[in-house]
Amino acid sequence: MSKTILTVDDSRTMREMLMLALSEAGFSVVQAEDGVHGLEVLEKATPDVIVTDINMPRMDGFGFIEGVRRHEKHRGVPILVLTTESDGEKKDRARRAGATGWIVKPFNPVKLVDAIRRVAV
Amino acid sequence: MDPMAAIKQTFFQECEEQLVELESGLLRMEDGDDDLETVNAVFRAVHSIKGGAGAFGFDELVEFVHVFETTLDLIRSAKLAATPAVTKTLLRASDVLADLVRAAREGGSADAGAVKIIADELSALLGGAPRQDDDGKVSVDSLDFEPVCISLDSIFDIGEPEAPATQDFILRFKPAVGLYAKANETLRLLRELGRLGETSVECDTTEIPLLTELDPEGAYLCWTIHLTTSAPEQQVREIFEFVEWDCELSVETADVGKLLEALQESLEPHEAPPAPIAVAELRDTSVATDPAPTSFAAPSDDHPAAARAEAAKGEGSGAVQATIRVDLDRVDRLINLVGELVINQAMLSQRVSEAGLSRASSVAIGLDELEQLTRDIQDSVMAIRAQPVKPVFQRMSRTVREVASMTGKSVRLVMDGETTEVDKTVVERLTDPLTHMIRNAVDHGIEKAEDRIAAGKPEEGSLRLSATHRSGRIVIEVADDGAGINRARVRQIAVDKGLIPAEANLTDDEIDNLIFLPGFSTASSVSNISGRGVGMDVVKRAIQALGGRISISSVPGRGSTFSMSLPLTLAVLDGMVVTVGGQTLVVPLTAIIETLQPKKESVHELGSGARVIATRNTFTPLIDVGAVLLYRDEPIEPTSQVALLVESESGAKCALLVDAIQGQRQVVIKSLETNYGHVHGIAAATILGDGRVALILDVDAIVARPRADMIVADMPAAAE
Repeated sequence: MSKTILTVDDSRTMREMLMLALSEAGFSVVQAEDGVHGLEVLEKATPDVIVTDINMPRMDGFGFIEGVRRHEKHRGVPILVLTTESDGEKKDRARRAGATGWIVKPFNPVKLVDAIRRVAV
Repeated sequence: MDPMAAIKQTFFQECEEQLVELESGLLRMEDGDDDLETVNAVFRAVHSIKGGAGAFGFDELVEFVHVFETTLDLIRSAKLAATPAVTKTLLRASDVLADLVRAAREGGSADAGAVKIIADELSALLGGAPRQDDDGKVSVDSLDFEPVCISLDSIFDIGEPEAPATQDFILRFKPAVGLYAKANETLRLLRELGRLGETSVECDTTEIPLLTELDPEGAYLCWTIHLTTSAPEQQVREIFEFVEWDCELSVETADVGKLLEALQESLEPHEAPPAPIAVAELRDTSVATDPAPTSFAAPSDDHPAAARAEAAKGEGSGAVQATIRVDLDRVDRLINLVGELVINQAMLSQRVSEAGLSRASSVAIGLDELEQLTRDIQDSVMAIRAQPVKPVFQRMSRTVREVASMTGKSVRLVMDGETTEVDKTVVERLTDPLTHMIRNAVDHGIEKAEDRIAAGKPEEGSLRLSATHRSGRIVIEVADDGAGINRARVRQIAVDKGLIPAEANLTDDEIDNLIFLPGFSTASSVSNISGRGVGMDVVKRAIQALGGRISISSVPGRGSTFSMSLPLTLAVLDGMVVTVGGQTLVVPLTAIIETLQPKKESVHELGSGARVIATRNTFTPLIDVGAVLLYRDEPIEPTSQVALLVESESGAKCALLVDAIQGQRQVVIKSLETNYGHVHGIAAATILGDGRVALILDVDAIVARPRADMIVADMPAAAE
């Protein structure tokens, strides 16, 4: 059975890109538009990996990651942070919030799939 | 479509939305809104454009957005105050950004000079050298688009031809609790190492406590991995990129490792596993233990408060709505089908009533319910095409800025009711007339600063753009607080241009509305601001083409208000159903000013068959619709008829003679051209309740033709 990836990003462009890259790599994809929506989706879906953006309305990536790590059922799911910040404060905050790893934008499908493979068994 | 092309299309659609968000946020900031969420929304809009632009390789765009974003980040982190001067620059930057997006979409290039001017202004706000900022924060962010991240593929590409030789590494790896809490796993790291070459792995389990003391989420294992690989050390370390804070790690080449082992053996010959601390002394950078590993239950609490605050504000501008995107053709097909349904339902009702069934019969009651449902469905379907006027309104703020800066005036645009919805086509076709009106208002309506001060007004002019729903239509107003219409001058121009007779007795209102006459232009010279010699008549025609009406009211010294009333949809029409020569016709209600019963004494013959009717001290041509459409040959007695006083798009008034008025009705518009062909004098068709086709009158065509005849008929008389 193919692995399911939950993507959380407020940008439709980015969601569509993730969808294309991930489904071409053979993953099933579930989408959410921000942190709040992501946590809602987690009430029904059981993803193997979560890929999330940081800058989002309503609930940003940090809040979302903390929410997942507090979640009884999903706290062990690997979370990759999608960020244009290649280094520094953001990555550090994401890590402290409980991110498993990160993917540096500009978006590159090869790097994305590679990072997912690294964190998912 | 190629999936990437489809995503690119999404990107540009999203850019448009983000630009609207950006501008509205900046305008709120300009109004003194210093709410952090407003700044965040603005930042997100720019950030989001940057993300997509980077992925598609729009370098010019990325470069500009980057400076823009960095500036916004400074404001977000309160390192730069959003003073009026700063927000003005940001607003102009948003204009440039819109140009760059358009250039990227159309494959052209933006005005490089303009881009540079704003980019330099933004850089100046950043203190000129964002990349060398001492406090580190800005420089870190400004690095985020540097190509520092080298993909594994490129490492292979570079590495293979030059360094095929293998190397032996000894890795010591001791995971901390935080590593597991973040869903990383030793097993996966070992597997990744295995991909690089040959590995042998030892696990030191000596730290595992007794079962009673064992924390099920604790970290007790220490791993030693011997790796033989052709990959460089950097690549080996990269595998631990995500976990380096949550573990103790050392990576040595085998030579150093052997030396170390020998050293340790000589010091403590009986101690089996090497103490990790000793190893740490030899490492250069890689060991970093997390001082406070984040646990599942209690995440570090420096930001949840902020996250909650942000979540609580979710109802604001940044709130996400559940939406789906549907091809417009599908919606239009649905609208068309619902139109058929409405017609069908009307036919059914009529047949039932013709069959003599009582209104209390179950069939009639069922039909009433059907009628209600059909109407609800129609309204709901029309609502799908409805869009807020916000995007058009926001475009106007740019127009105001541009014209204000060209004329050296200071003008403030206030918007109201941007969420008011109207049919998509109406929204799209509003831009041009509205732009023209706004330009006019800033250029001619609002006075120069010194004149305003002299008149005791604030130096800054105010322009108000508002939209409201009023009795099934949308009313859009453009109000300025300028000098108002100079009636003496308008009247003089109209007389000079032969638009009105010199002795004409006009009310103030009538004088104001002279500016809508074709060929009228109050500008002393044709400026490139108010448009290429385009007058308000063009605006009026554009509004009327949408089934709308426009009027102006003006108070000298206080300003002018243009008011437009437009239908909410173009698929249905409010019509007056009339009978002419035994045929049923529909006259658009928007064209009708009033209906009258012609009296014998008010109708005058002009000769050559032309007649006029005296109404309110003016003479209006009388047109027999039946004769124009060739329903009858014989002239008819006007007093037995009903006259509809109508106004054409060009402002010409006429009285249309019809046999009788049946009533007022909303009709579904069916194109005659697509189903049959163009017929002069007829705009479209509709299907009535009894199943018959009724033609919708093209008032303009009807008014224009006999008028031309009349002028020809009048000419000899005038010459004599």
